[in-house]
Amino acid sequence: MTTMSMIKGLNEGLRRVLEDQPKSLVMGEDVGRLGGVFRVTDGLQKDFGSDRIIDTPLAESGIIGTAIGLAMRGYRPICEIQFDGFVYPAFDQLVSQLAKIPNRSGGRIRLPVVVRIPYGGGIGAIEHHSESPEAYFAHTAGLKVVTCSNPADAYWMIQQAAAGDDPVIFFEPKRRYHGKGEVDTEKPGLDLHRARTVREGRTATLIAYGPTVDVAENAAKAAAEEGLDLEVVDLRSLSPIDWEPLFASVRKTGRAVVVHEAPGNVGIGAEVAARLTEECFYSLEAPVLRVTGYDVPYPASRLEDDYLPNLDRVLDAVDRSLEH
Amino acid sequence: MGDTQRPAKKTVKSRPKPASTNEPQFVQLLSPEGRRVKHPDYDIDLSDEEYRGLYRDLVITRELDAQGTALQRQGQLGLWPSLLGQEAAQVGSGRALRPQDTVFPAYRELGVQWCRGIDLISSFALFRGVDLGGRDTVADRFNMYAIVIASQTLHAAGYAMGVAMDGAVGTEDGEAVIVYHGDGATSEGDFNEALVWAGVFNSPLVFFCQNNQYAISETNARQFRLPPYRRAEGFGVPGIFVDGNDVLATYAVTRGALDRARGGEGPSLVEAYTYRMQPHTTSDDATRYRDEAELDFWRAKDPVVRYRKWLAAEGLADESYFAAIDTEAGEQVRALRARVMALTDPEVSEMFDNVYAQMPAGIAAQRAEAVEFQASLAEPSTGAGSDVR
Repeated sequence: MTTMSMIKGLNEGLRRVLEDQPKSLVMGEDVGRLGGVFRVTDGLQKDFGSDRIIDTPLAESGIIGTAIGLAMRGYRPICEIQFDGFVYPAFDQLVSQLAKIPNRSGGRIRLPVVVRIPYGGGIGAIEHHSESPEAYFAHTAGLKVVTCSNPADAYWMIQQAAAGDDPVIFFEPKRRYHGKGEVDTEKPGLDLHRARTVREGRTATLIAYGPTVDVAENAAKAAAEEGLDLEVVDLRSLSPIDWEPLFASVRKTGRAVVVHEAPGNVGIGAEVAARLTEECFYSLEAPVLRVTGYDVPYPASRLEDDYLPNLDRVLDAVDRSLEH
Repeated sequence: MGDTQRPAKKTVKSRPKPASTNEPQFVQLLSPEGRRVKHPDYDIDLSDEEYRGLYRDLVITRELDAQGTALQRQGQLGLWPSLLGQEAAQVGSGRALRPQDTVFPAYRELGVQWCRGIDLISSFALFRGVDLGGRDTVADRFNMYAIVIASQTLHAAGYAMGVAMDGAVGTEDGEAVIVYHGDGATSEGDFNEALVWAGVFNSPLVFFCQNNQYAISETNARQFRLPPYRRAEGFGVPGIFVDGNDVLATYAVTRGALDRARGGEGPSLVEAYTYRMQPHTTSDDATRYRDEAELDFWRAKDPVVRYRKWLAAEGLADESYFAAIDTEAGEQVRALRARVMALTDPEVSEMFDNVYAQMPAGIAAQRAEAVEFQASLAEPSTGAGSDVR
């Protein structure tokens, strides 16, 4: 066991990928000499060279489009999109090219491309630096979408994402980047697309992912002081979603609250609520509730504490669920 | 500065473009009248057999393409994008490729596909709607058609980076990559990003722009103020302007650009100035935006006619040869037509099978559900209350 930050976990994970996979590459804006604006790729260019840790031109569509071409040539690119709000220039290359070419080819072409995207708010940033665009990609068949919530998952999940032959959009909660945690670098973690029950409980199920797992855990701790026994599940994989642990949890608790930073409208929480209703209808004691960002553009940073799901809003939702 | 001037498209519709004296100076080795002309930088020296082969390619490409239009009209294809008029651009560049080179086409490159010796059925299957155009692109060294304009230019730029990273350039037998696109593509961000990439990484990539003067209905005047071959220079990428209706010139220029790329000297852009004689696709109505006079102007520059004249004048081929090629083209067309008609519809399960390398459980469940549902519809109905158990 080693204690490290999420950034270190990602850095060490990438390092292992680069050591184990000679065809793997890291490419993106400022990932080389600078080591990335968050330093996730710090030191990699020094150790693996500028042919494998590639500072690209400042063009997101170009990053994904050329990564596709490199993958067609047999390389295994790991791309960095510098911030969530900068991914949109690459939208066609992600959803119409990366996601669809393998299917279009009748399975003859596989595109093992990982796209890392630091996402989410809570860091007091300027516009376009705090968004949660995961639903766009989870909606797109052909992509897999995952997000880590802690250093151990960061370390293992980035390796698992890079090991598969499907494109993976890898969301990193930037406000958890510096949080530290125990990482067992010997024992591989849970499979990439498995959800994890973070805390067991019987009163209600909190379903979270990425940056809101911490929020949910803190809410559960606070609720415990009031005698409420909340279960917390970390989705980890947003496409595909690992449904069985969710169904099992809700059949036990009868109540569920989904927590994410992205706006609620047509978000991951909506899909979770729909599926829980379809599969666990007779176990539910209350409607599945959502605590999410509001259906507005991400606000100016002085308002982000009001926009983001927090402990109070989560506990309020639990109370509303229990009133049913 | 005569070579900087592009014929303006502002002329009144009823008046065709200015005569060739006002056209920018492009590389031309064969005049529209079929006379061989000299160029200070480019020449061509093929065997008699190779010269005749180019004619065969031009004619067969034209006939197979015409069959695409016919099959669409007969309801056998959903859509067909004709290449009529662009045969020389495709055959000249297609034959300039060496076996180790890789092609990234757009969606009108039937002639290039023919020159590469690749089974053409995939293109017809795509436009018939029985699959999405998948082939063994690695073995073929010819990628799938790209429908989103210019998207393929970035794939080619990345692939070419990989070729260089593999150390497969810098020698006479090095690999080069060619990406086909049109004049409309030059307005897309992806095209411009691909030029940046190819330039800064000095990749072995040739951009082959078939400037057929139309992006559906819009002329060059709506796509650029400076023609693509000149814009390339701004990216540090040499641009070469060539008569796209001259199969000898497109061959010579493309061969030069490819050999430059394989030798490690970096990317270039070839702008082949040609004309789309048919509407954009079989769904388009070109009479709404251009007239017969303009078509007549370009008929006089026909790539096949001029090449045939030259072959005959040079004594490289005679009427009996031309007749034999017509016969062979007819056979090719009949054989292809029969195969297109025999293409069967895919199974419902096929839409699920290749989305992921590792199929998620949810997709597998939907697949089973769709297959079962479809099978249930095929059950003979025994009236209300019957159940499949």
